[in-house]
Amino acid sequence: MDARRESEPTPMKNRTTVERKSERELVVTRTFNGPARIVFEAWTRPELFKQWWVPKSMGMVLRSCEMDVRVGGTYRLEFEPDAMAFFGTYLEVTPPSRLVWTNEEGGEGGPVTTVTFEEKAGKTLLVMHELYPSKAALDAAGTGAADAMVETFAQLDELLVTLGASVGRS
Amino acid sequence: MVQYERTRFDASFAALSDATRRGVLEQLGRADASITDLADKFHMTLTGMKKHVGVLEQTGLVTTAKVGRVRTCRLGLRRLDEEAAWIERYRQLWDARFDELDKVVEELKRKEKVDGRKKRE
Repeated sequence: MDARRESEPTPMKNRTTVERKSERELVVTRTFNGPARIVFEAWTRPELFKQWWVPKSMGMVLRSCEMDVRVGGTYRLEFEPDAMAFFGTYLEVTPPSRLVWTNEEGGEGGPVTTVTFEEKAGKTLLVMHELYPSKAALDAAGTGAADAMVETFAQLDELLVTLGASVGRS
Repeated sequence: MVQYERTRFDASFAALSDATRRGVLEQLGRADASITDLADKFHMTLTGMKKHVGVLEQTGLVTTAKVGRVRTCRLGLRRLDEEAAWIERYRQLWDARFDELDKVVEELKRKEKVDGRKKRE
């Protein structure tokens, strides 16, 4: 064991997977090298959550992070520089194995997120499940596919109106 | 990359500059359909609809497959590519978050160990 560790100084990075399970569901999985109570803590204590939820590659800074982690409690994350906010309500809080919350910033189209923490031999398998109210809502959540298409249509419609106006009736 | 997007946009622009073709895409976004179905829905002749579908097919926005006597149309691979690209972007975001979370977990484990030692002392 130890000899092996020496030849591999950096432990293997755990893989993150994302799968569109159905038209309305997205599932993210990842294993962490620690017990569930610790991973759960990192999701539920704001001072810890702030340390990982906004990686540098996002190009944003979390200005504030309020979390009242209990059933019916709310959370609110605010970003700089554009004052964007994420907020919602906790529906289930079962330490250290399960968290469920709503995502209300997107209005009716927001998903319900369920995160489960399953401990095995000192490691924790985390499964994050996002259930959207409709296929369209999931499509719109990504900047891909249908969303880009609808946006393109809207832009084209605008452009065509402009072109039509400048060229005159044909 | 930018150039590629640009060319794609130009080709798509021509295909999308027609209200019927945009309608067809919307329709196929909901469900696959035969050319006959589409012709009925948009009150067109079969020949007219075939032309529209042909233009969409050329841009890759739509693919068709003939099964028996029926030609079925569906949104093209490009759409699937875009979905795959979006899911990959989403995966990268969570992967970056979880790399940071690994650090938090390591830090908490280290603290627990120190605290545990203190309690025993």
